[in-house]
Amino acid sequence: MKATLKDKAASFSFVLPALIIFSLFYIYPFIYSFILSLTNYNMIGKFNLRESFVGLQNFKDIASDGDWWKAMYNGAFITFWALSFQNILALMLALSISQVVRMNKFYRVVFFILPILSEIVIGLLLRRLMLSEPTGHDILNHIVNNLGLGFLAQDWISGERVRLITALVHCWKGFGWAFVIFLAGLQAIPEQLYEAARIDGANAWQSFRKITLPLLMPVITLIMVITIIGTMSAFAMILALNQGAGGETTVPIMIIYNHLGTGLAGLACAEGLVLGVTLILISFTMFFVSKKVRKKYGLLPD
Amino acid sequence: MKDKGKRIKLGLLVGFAVLILTGCPAPKHKEDKLVIWHWMSDRRDAFNQLAEKYTQENGLEVEFKLFSPPELYSQKIIAAARAKTLPDIFGILGRRKTLSSFIKAGYILDLSSYMNNKINSKEKNDRLWKDSFYPTTLKMVTFNPNNNYAVDPGIYGVPIDTAIMQFVYNKNLFEKAGLDPNKSPETLDEFITLAQTIGTESSVTGFICGWGEDWLLNALAVEWALNSMGENNFFKTIEGEIAYTDPEWIKVFTIFAKLKDSGILAPNIATMTNKEAESAFSKEKAVFSFNGSWSVNVYKQLSEKLNYGFFSLPKVSSEYPTKVWGGAGSSLLIDANSSKKDQAVEFLKWLSAKDQQEFLAKETNNLPAIKNVDENLPLILKGLLGSFTNLTHPDIWPKDEDPRVIETMNRGLQQIVMGLKTPKQVAEEIQKKKEKVSNK
Repeated sequence: MKATLKDKAASFSFVLPALIIFSLFYIYPFIYSFILSLTNYNMIGKFNLRESFVGLQNFKDIASDGDWWKAMYNGAFITFWALSFQNILALMLALSISQVVRMNKFYRVVFFILPILSEIVIGLLLRRLMLSEPTGHDILNHIVNNLGLGFLAQDWISGERVRLITALVHCWKGFGWAFVIFLAGLQAIPEQLYEAARIDGANAWQSFRKITLPLLMPVITLIMVITIIGTMSAFAMILALNQGAGGETTVPIMIIYNHLGTGLAGLACAEGLVLGVTLILISFTMFFVSKKVRKKYGLLPD
Repeated sequence: MKDKGKRIKLGLLVGFAVLILTGCPAPKHKEDKLVIWHWMSDRRDAFNQLAEKYTQENGLEVEFKLFSPPELYSQKIIAAARAKTLPDIFGILGRRKTLSSFIKAGYILDLSSYMNNKINSKEKNDRLWKDSFYPTTLKMVTFNPNNNYAVDPGIYGVPIDTAIMQFVYNKNLFEKAGLDPNKSPETLDEFITLAQTIGTESSVTGFICGWGEDWLLNALAVEWALNSMGENNFFKTIEGEIAYTDPEWIKVFTIFAKLKDSGILAPNIATMTNKEAESAFSKEKAVFSFNGSWSVNVYKQLSEKLNYGFFSLPKVSSEYPTKVWGGAGSSLLIDANSSKKDQAVEFLKWLSAKDQQEFLAKETNNLPAIKNVDENLPLILKGLLGSFTNLTHPDIWPKDEDPRVIETMNRGLQQIVMGLKTPKQVAEEIQKKKEKVSNK
């Protein structure tokens, strides 16, 4: 049966509100940002494209701006730790909790509390723990000393390892999300598959490698994409924790924010676009790799 | 019945679409009320009392709307300007370039004709409105002919207070170490020695400051640069005639390395906020600090017992005079498109008059914007008035440095005090950035 024009219009009307909202709040700002990125407009006064047009100058500036690429490196460093340490820990914990029958819900709530807390709150809380005299009480160093781990005592906020410490603190924030999504993914895998594997003589490692990992691949991809986008756009927590520590933990959003505040809106828009496009490319690559892996394990038709 | 239901649904859908497309209506300010936006939320009570007093005296309702934090206030003002919903009177944050952009966009009323007239036209001997202000404070909102910002010459704002930045020292700790509490250090070497001696004696930090916030670090670096190389060479650097890799500049950056090496800097100083530094100083955990005149109010609120004094920059050279960063406090501007421009001017004349300035200085512990109110000022503020003759600030410079160069300098200085870079490396990075932004 062929759909009439009226049917099509009725169907379209259901999509219309979402389309309007999406166009207004996503498509329009994206196009406007792109136009602004080609100008030196400072957001004050009437926008005149002809007067403020600078072509690709802002993008050329970004390409040769050491501060920007250092911030991108800092973001990538935090992302690396989030992808490895944070997500592996979240997966291991999700695997353990999925086996727990009693108090299962309690653990889920406990580990999900972390991402619910505001980033600023986490940043400020940990700053209070890490600050030494005279602005703080050196609480973290007291703890490590009392635990007999005195070799770990250090300047946590502005010392040599500040980048690594910031990355680990950020993991604390992202860990909860990854844990909850992994747990949901694990619970969606049919139990019969493990039973069949056990009958065939597979050990725990073989079950994990041949069943859990391939079936979890869409979830892993999703978590990786969320992690990359989340950590590369990190801002508030780092600002609260150490203010960028003299550029050692300055991330791209901090630079964009500073440029917006100093009247360099065109440059800030260009930086936003460079960051956005980079993240889109990474996300697509992740989905492509995930698809390849699932194909390899026969989970997708050729 | 079915049709009626359909019509209701359609009506709702259209209503929703209209709401989305038009957005929320712009707020309209009540015609019979002057609306003022400001970011200094700590002055809420004082402003409200003044608004009430003005209404009683003149019959016109005045409403102060205070928004914080300052960063969000800045965004709000820009958005309001673009949406043409600016209040009748407002303040703006940022350097002179921001003010000039607002003026060029036609958002701010030129007050020259009012300023060049007597405050009270009925009184024969009354002076011109502009003559009541401290000259440096008024300069912040004045654009001279042929200025570098291409702004029409004029006076565009009414200063309501003045802020300056000075070093602060704890007199109690001086006394405890057997030193004269009224004798502050004059040179950098004296400063370091005193910070080390008193710091060790009382087991406290020598120097604390919110160097995690760029503006504090930048103000101090500029003061030392002006003392070390003089204004002429400093401005030549901004013009690009002297490089940041010049030995004079390396000498300035080396001061920060010297401070680090002397061991007097508070741990985590490069990531410290001004609030943290103020709190620690008020708890007598540091001998010296560097802060603004507004800290008088902050220290009063944090600790009534704190016995402290201000002093000028510890000199690094006797060849050039020391300068004091300041002059800019808060200024109020009038929306050029306001329907109540004349009432706004009258209100600002009233606000900048002696009685109101004295009230503000007393209630908020800030320096006044006008002359001749010093007799009733707290002693600690009175002492700061002496610095008004040698103030410096980007808003009164002929040309300001590019914000990206300032950003690189601040980050570099933080890296020096963190021990990550040498003064020479930082100088090279700043110069590289300077060349990049100048070559466009």
